[in-house]
Amino acid sequence: MSDIAVPVAPRDAALRRRRRRLVRAGLLAACLTYLALLLVAPLIGVAWTALEPGWGVVRGTFSHPDVLHAFYLTAIITAITVVVTGFFGVVVAWVLVRQRFLGRGLLNALVDTPFALSPVTVGLACVLLFGRGGWFHEFFAARGIQIVFALPSMVLVTIFIAIPFVIREVQPVLEEIGTEEEDASRTLGASVTQTFFRVTLPNIRWGLLYGVALSTARSMGEIGAVFIVSGLIMGRTETAPLYIWRALEERQTASAYVVALTLAAVSIVILAAIEWFKHKRIREDEA
Amino acid sequence: MASAAETVERRRGISYRTIARLRHGSLRGIAILYLALMIALPIAALIDKGFERGLTSLREAFAYPGGKEAIILTLQMSALAATVNALFGTMLAYALVRYRFRGRQLLSAIVDLPLAIPTLVTGVMLGVLYGPNTVLGKALASAGIKVVFAKLGILVALCVVTLPFVVRAVQPVLLELDPAEEEAAQTLGASGWTTFRKIVLPAIRPAIAAGALLVFARSLGEFGSVVLVSGNMPFKTLTAPVLITQLASQFKPDQAAAVAAVLFGISFMVVLVTTRLVRTQKGRES
Repeated sequence: MSDIAVPVAPRDAALRRRRRRLVRAGLLAACLTYLALLLVAPLIGVAWTALEPGWGVVRGTFSHPDVLHAFYLTAIITAITVVVTGFFGVVVAWVLVRQRFLGRGLLNALVDTPFALSPVTVGLACVLLFGRGGWFHEFFAARGIQIVFALPSMVLVTIFIAIPFVIREVQPVLEEIGTEEEDASRTLGASVTQTFFRVTLPNIRWGLLYGVALSTARSMGEIGAVFIVSGLIMGRTETAPLYIWRALEERQTASAYVVALTLAAVSIVILAAIEWFKHKRIREDEA
Repeated sequence: MASAAETVERRRGISYRTIARLRHGSLRGIAILYLALMIALPIAALIDKGFERGLTSLREAFAYPGGKEAIILTLQMSALAATVNALFGTMLAYALVRYRFRGRQLLSAIVDLPLAIPTLVTGVMLGVLYGPNTVLGKALASAGIKVVFAKLGILVALCVVTLPFVVRAVQPVLLELDPAEEEAAQTLGASGWTTFRKIVLPAIRPAIAAGALLVFARSLGEFGSVVLVSGNMPFKTLTAPVLITQLASQFKPDQAAAVAAVLFGISFMVVLVTTRLVRTQKGRES
């Protein structure tokens, strides 16, 4: 093969070094261009367009009751989702890692399914279950509880979409720490709850927070599923992303851009948290 | 190891085993119930609705104006996005792991940005920059390139939201890979490209494949970022997830469910293959 050549002459080595430096520069340039075109320039673009008309528009947008309600709703849905998926996520991760039982593989595969489902499909499935003619429609209708076109369905679909994040982040950490510390704590007479809060939780906290941050970001920005189940009722079932949607439809682009920029800004804060948690976790792995 | 804990519990006068079994059982019960109710049940409802009349609903959905084309377009665009991000994702991962330069941390954070930014906001961002009424959009249009309300816009949107997948799949594998091997190959006279092809690529190939498959699966269902930039013209830029929303809003839930179930079937297979790939790779490492 011509690839494996004889040892290199000094002059050749200098040439090689120069070529390697060129390759490095080319590769970096390609990467930077790609990121600039796809992410950085659009982000700057939206910031520019949103702020260009001046602070009056920003102030006007944030004094609009629909906008305030939209952010309020998004915050509620996100908070409920994060608490539910965080709590059950730890339980599921613990069961999947620490227990061996029939159907464990199936359960594990089930955790991945939300990644494979379009958010739109999730919304549709929710309507099929709770909407008119759905499996559970009569049960809840008879009790006067409205699920579809109301908050419950919006929370349900968001939970569905956020389920895997905490589980998938906590699972590897639990696997890695093993049971030794927990066993030691139990042997020394600590109760199960004490062991969990004093030993297990501190060990998994960065993984857990990382998962929580990911699911916060995802829940906050969810649109596909909520789009279908919310019924798009102005000022009632309108989340921040849905408000953007309607404002664009109604050609109120200025306030749409301001809300979009706000969401982007919040998600950048979450991203900073994500990077920090990741950093912490890696460092703890090394220690 | 349990014996010591056992004695502690015995002293309290309860059988350790009974309690432990109960506790484990109830936790397992909670986990199974949670996943069954939250995930398995909706999927069952979807498949039931989509195929309660056999294949009729699916056939009707295909006959819907632009229905079949939407599914084909979605598959094409997802495959393209997977290819593009496999290429750039590998390059980005390589640059992040092997090169030391100022702003590397920032670059790494930017790669994660799509995990945090709402998909609809991504759509807004792309529309603002590349839309038909913007400076850049006009310049591109005069060069004959149409981004927004065209297939290219769909591809760009998909590439943005799935950007981290390949990078994050390849990065850890590259980190594990000993640079000494590459250096050895280079000292022996192999060129940079040969070294990459013969040493690095074989090691990271499963990771690239896993990342690209995730890109594909996620792209099949992407809605928020695509819906604003695609224009949703039947036969041209209507994608399957948008088609599902249209069918659902026109009170054709069975057809919507049929399309959704088909999409789910494809991407579930893909996700299963991906997790298998990642697991065998981890198995090989340990």
